[in-house]
Amino acid sequence: MLIERKWKKWIFFYIPMTVFILFTLFPFYWMAVTAVRPDPELYRTWRQASATPFWTLEPTLEHFRELLKTTAFPQWLWNTMLIAIVSTIISLICGMFAGYALARLKFRGSEFLGTAIFVTYLVPQTLLFIPLADIIREMHLGNTPWALMLTYPTFLIPFCTWLLMGYFKTIPKELEECARIDGATRFGAMVRIIFPVAIPGILSAGIFAFTLSWNEFIYALIFMSSAELKTVPVGVVSELIRGDIFFWGQLMAGALLGSIPVALVYSFFVEYYVTGLTGSVKG
Amino acid sequence: MVGAGSAAGAALPGERVRISRLTRMLESEKLLAAALLAPGVVILVLFIAYPFVMAIWFSLTSIRVGDAGEFVGLANFTKAWSDTIFQVAFKNTVFYTFWATIFKFALGMWLALLLNRHFRFKRLIRASMLLPFIIPTVLSAFAWRWMFDPTFSVMNWLLFHSGVITDRLPFLSDGDWAMWCAVLVNTWRGMPFFAITLLAGLQTISPDLHEAAALDGANAWHRFWHVTWPLLMPVTLVVVVFSVIQTFSDFQLIYVLTGGGPANSTHLIATYAYQIGVASGLLGEGAALSLFMFPVLFAVVWVQLRFMKRMEGH
Repeated sequence: MLIERKWKKWIFFYIPMTVFILFTLFPFYWMAVTAVRPDPELYRTWRQASATPFWTLEPTLEHFRELLKTTAFPQWLWNTMLIAIVSTIISLICGMFAGYALARLKFRGSEFLGTAIFVTYLVPQTLLFIPLADIIREMHLGNTPWALMLTYPTFLIPFCTWLLMGYFKTIPKELEECARIDGATRFGAMVRIIFPVAIPGILSAGIFAFTLSWNEFIYALIFMSSAELKTVPVGVVSELIRGDIFFWGQLMAGALLGSIPVALVYSFFVEYYVTGLTGSVKG
Repeated sequence: MVGAGSAAGAALPGERVRISRLTRMLESEKLLAAALLAPGVVILVLFIAYPFVMAIWFSLTSIRVGDAGEFVGLANFTKAWSDTIFQVAFKNTVFYTFWATIFKFALGMWLALLLNRHFRFKRLIRASMLLPFIIPTVLSAFAWRWMFDPTFSVMNWLLFHSGVITDRLPFLSDGDWAMWCAVLVNTWRGMPFFAITLLAGLQTISPDLHEAAALDGANAWHRFWHVTWPLLMPVTLVVVVFSVIQTFSDFQLIYVLTGGGPANSTHLIATYAYQIGVASGLLGEGAALSLFMFPVLFAVVWVQLRFMKRMEGH
C-alpha cells in the first residue's frame, strides 16, 4: 500500500534495525568469545594492539574445564532446574484453580479477591526480603530447596491466575454447560473440559513462570547458604569471585552455560512465551 | 449427582456417603470457589501478607540478627532520612527509574514499529530481540561488567583505537558514569519487554485505519501521532507501570555491576537495604529502608487500579 523509496528504506529501516540487533546481541556474543578465549589474550589491556579483537584464533575449552572442576556448577544447574520446575507446577495448579474460580464462579468478594491478587502481583521481592528471610528461618526452611519452591510462587501465582483467568473467560460457557447436562460435576467439568481446552494458555503461563524462576536472584541469594544448594545466578556470583579477583573466563563460561537451558526452553516455545509476556500485562 | 453415586457404587456404604457429600459440597459455587482459591491464597498470605506485616513491625523495632530488640517508634525512619548514603540511594533510585523508563519506552516503541513491518527472518529476529529479557539478568550483567572493566574494557579498546578517546572512560569507577552505565544496561534488558508488548498492541490496530489516514493525506508522523499513539495508550500505561515497579525496586543489576560502589555512590534503595539488613544484620533498619519504596509503589499501583476501573466502565 505505502510504497517507499529504496534509500528511505535504508535510513528508516535497515540501519536502525541493524543497530538494534547489534546492541541487543553484542553482550551475548562477547560472553561467548570471552568464554573460549585463552587467558593471555583475555588480559590484554585496552591500549594494546590486537590482531583479532573481536574473535580468537585459538579457542579453548580451558575455562569450561576449570569451571566444572573447581565448582559445583552441574549441581547448581540441576538445583535451578528443579526449583524452577517445582515452583512453576505449584504456581500453575494454584493459578488454574484460582483463575477458574475468579472467571467462572459467582461468590461474594470475588472482585475484591481478584484485585487483591493483582496487587500482590505488583509487590516486588525487594520490599519483603528481610522479614521473609526471618520467616523462612523460623519455619526451618532455610537452606533447603523448599525455601525457594514455596516463595517463588508468590510472584508466579498472581501472574498465572491473572493470565489464566483471562484465558478461561474466552472459553464459551456452553462447553461446560453441555458437560454439566451430561452429568459431570462442576469440578469434573473444570478438569476434564475447561483445562484441556485451555492448554495453550496454561503452556504460556508455564513457560513464562519457568523463565521468571530461572531469573530470580535475591531470594536465592539470601535463603541458600551451602555452595551445593545454590542456583546458577547465585553460584556464579558468589563462587567465581574470590576476594577481589574475577575469573572472567570462567565467569563467562558459567554465564553462557547457565543461559543455555532457559534459552533452549524459550526457543522451543517462543510463541507461547510471547503470549504469556503480552498477556501478563493485560488487565 | 446420579453419575457420581453410581461410579462410587462399588465402595463401602460409608465411603459412598462421604464422596457424595464432598461432590454435593463442591456443587455449591461458593464452597467450590473457596476450595479452589485456598491453595493460592494460603501461599500469598503466608509469604506476602504476613511478611508485609512483619516488615512494618521490624521497621519499628531495633531488631538485629540474634537479638529481638525493642520498640523504637519511627527512629529507624528518621535515622534513614538523615543518612547521607540513603539520601544518595534514594536520589539514584529516582534517577535510575526515570531515565531507564524513558529510554526503554522510546527505544521500545521504535523497535516495535520496526518489527511491525514485513521483512525477511522476521520471526527469528523478533525472537532474538527478546533474549536480554530471558537470560538471567545477573549473568548478562556480568557480561556488561566485563565490557566496562577498567583495564580490559572492549569499549575503551574500540574507542581508543578508532581515535575517539585518548584516555580511558571511567565506566564503573566514577559514580555518575556508573549510574548512566546502569541506566544503559537496564535499558538494554527492559527494551525488549516494551517492544514486544507494544508490538502486540500495534498488531491489534487495523491497517485500514492507516490506509484511510494515508488517503486523507496524513504523512507517516501524523499517522503515528493521530492513529497509532492514541490506540496504544492503554497498553503503554500498563507496560510503563510494570516497568516503573520493576526498575524502582531493582536489586540484581546494581548488585552485580557496581555493588553500590565506588564509595556507596551507586546504591539503590534495595541494594542499600540489603547491605544494612542482610550484610550488617540490622534487620529493623533494613526493613525500614525497604519500606521507603512502598509509598511510590503504592501510588503507581493505585493509578493502575484506577485506570483499570475506568477501562471496565467503557
